[in-house]
Amino acid sequence: MTDNSSPEQSGHSLTKSAPGNGDDASLGRAGSFSLDIELRSIGQGLRDYWNKLRGGDPGALPSVLGLIVLGLIFSQVSGRFLSKSNVGNLPGQGAYIAVIALGLVFVLLLGEIDLSAGTAGGVCAAFAAQAIDSDGLRGGIPGQSALFWILLVTMIVALVLGVWLKTWIGVAIDLLGIVLVLTGADSHVVGAMIFAIGLGSAIGIITGFLVAKVGIPSFIVTLALFLAWQGVILFALNSNPISVNNYSLWNKLGHENMSVAWSWVFGAVVGGGYLLYTLYKSWRAQRRDLAADDYGLVLLRGGIVLIATLVVTYFANQNRNPNPNFEIKGIPWAASIPVALMIVCTIALTKTTWGRHLFATGGNTEAARRAGIDVVHMRVSAFVACSSFAAVGGIFLATSQGSASLDLGGSNILLFSVAAAVIGGTSLFGGRGKARDAILGALVIVIIPNGILLKPSLPAQYQQVITGGVLLVAAAVDALSRRRSARR
Amino acid sequence: MAEPILSIKGLNKSFGPVHVLHDVDLNVYPGEVTALVGDNGAGKSTLVKCIAGINSIDSGTISWEGKAVTINDPRVAASLGIEFVYQDLALADNLDITQNMFLGREIHRFGFLADGEMERKAREVLASLSVRTVSSVRQVVANLSGGQRQTVAIAKAVLWNSRVVFLDEPTAALGVAQTRQVLDLVRRLADQGLGVVLISHNMNDVMEVADRVAALYLGRVAAEVFTKDSSTTQIVELITAGRSGDLGLTPQTAAQNI
Repeated sequence: MTDNSSPEQSGHSLTKSAPGNGDDASLGRAGSFSLDIELRSIGQGLRDYWNKLRGGDPGALPSVLGLIVLGLIFSQVSGRFLSKSNVGNLPGQGAYIAVIALGLVFVLLLGEIDLSAGTAGGVCAAFAAQAIDSDGLRGGIPGQSALFWILLVTMIVALVLGVWLKTWIGVAIDLLGIVLVLTGADSHVVGAMIFAIGLGSAIGIITGFLVAKVGIPSFIVTLALFLAWQGVILFALNSNPISVNNYSLWNKLGHENMSVAWSWVFGAVVGGGYLLYTLYKSWRAQRRDLAADDYGLVLLRGGIVLIATLVVTYFANQNRNPNPNFEIKGIPWAASIPVALMIVCTIALTKTTWGRHLFATGGNTEAARRAGIDVVHMRVSAFVACSSFAAVGGIFLATSQGSASLDLGGSNILLFSVAAAVIGGTSLFGGRGKARDAILGALVIVIIPNGILLKPSLPAQYQQVITGGVLLVAAAVDALSRRRSARR
Repeated sequence: MAEPILSIKGLNKSFGPVHVLHDVDLNVYPGEVTALVGDNGAGKSTLVKCIAGINSIDSGTISWEGKAVTINDPRVAASLGIEFVYQDLALADNLDITQNMFLGREIHRFGFLADGEMERKAREVLASLSVRTVSSVRQVVANLSGGQRQTVAIAKAVLWNSRVVFLDEPTAALGVAQTRQVLDLVRRLADQGLGVVLISHNMNDVMEVADRVAALYLGRVAAEVFTKDSSTTQIVELITAGRSGDLGLTPQTAAQNI
């Protein structure tokens, strides 16, 4: 700076000469950076994955290893474990855990928890069942004369809160639920189910309001609601369980399958779609000189996914009924719907501003706030998503139990769902997680009781001990990996 | 005399009975690094918050390109083109460099995030700042060193065609080599025509990179001097006593309590 006669001159001359100011060395540096096209080969991809593992991000590895280990153990315990009929039953037994866990991923990403997701889902499904059973809720709930009005007022209050907090999607679903219940469309199965999701949104808005706006820790809010909803279920059902498997569509969700042809279409669209999308992304990025995986890596990864999907579809399309009188084949609806929801969640989390902001809020709330993100809105909308998915989970739960029972969604269901998300690789500390985790984790959670029940000599007590052990291992992996990445 | 891009005249700020800023004048020139120095409690942070629109001002004017403006909201500051890089950087560890740089201002295509476009722009900005300390704009911020994080935070501030950047203690937590990199970057920012305000305790950094120094003493600007005309000793005296020889406040003013 000494060569400049006065500061203002230096300012001007530097401003003007800025583009040409870089001597050869600095231009070379800039050039070397901008020309740094990051094309990842298979080898580099594997090395990156290995570094990620060492750096403390185990991803899906624990759940995949867990599945393999548990599968090996149970196949030794009982020859029936790997039979087609047993494997075909798994989705029906685990769909509700997968769907509730999907919703929980949103909340866990923020470092919050929703202990009420299970019973909230139960409440939604119970009201839906009651709506069908009593031919629309507006006619009044048997034995609970005031309950319909309380329900309606609650949903309207949630609507107003939702408008105030600008959670538009939650408001829209809630409003749809109100319209359905007021028009009496909830007496049909489809109407009742959509109403249940609307009620889930309303519950989510209220939960989110209490957590994000009032400022009560989510653990306490949802613990209180977990208890309260159990009582509300009793009111909703007027203390009489309602069998839902008489409603063919509802029953279908848990017990029936897609046709063989549609199963192939589904498998091909999911597996092939992934392969084609990643190929397109790589082609596009390479064309524009952006960081990308090379075709070898994309084909390897997409090929594995496609082949796995097609193999699963092939086996699902074999007759798996040991009874020769009629055939059971096709992908169960209880598998295809959660997978479809998982794809929707993945897109929402990775391809939308909302998802990006959710990760940012979970990773560093202060950074998110300074970047202009409405942190309160993010919290509320995560709870809305969670409770809406919980409503879908409650519907699956009712069909897998055969009825809207009096403890629908109570006991361990929520904890199993949290366990599923965590085993799948979603961090309890926020900021890390994928929709995929919920599905993988739910598979781990569901094969434990399934495997144990196949061996009658093993008492059922083992089931909870083993599930608890698996969860502890998963949480330990989560905590250790966090420590590891913090140490770097 | 070149026109200052940002000019503060006679700014006063009190918190209740405590008069924190007394008739503060500060000018920021494009293409220059202005160091804002002062002891703890001298009012540096309050001044910055007033300019950022976080704190309101009691009296005085803030002019932007010669026109008086009212900054009563951080968004106003951002829309004028004033960016702030705070000491705790405000980066989300779980996002990568590109995602952090565009956080809150994502680019969309058909309603979905245009990651490729953002990546290209992030790379352009880093290249224009001759940043060669990060190997990939797809690196997760958690894996970056302190200097690299500072670089990302500064690049994030520059990305939005900002005209003035406030850097709060950018080298406070850095090692020797990283301090070097960040100081080079600060200089390059000014060389690109931005007005840079460097808030620092470190006299070596100030003397090396700043064109002028504004020393705050107990809420008053003791003096605004050119770095090349002054010595470290003088500036330290301005910071600690409010005056140095003929420079600075009168003995009476300097002796006043706030």
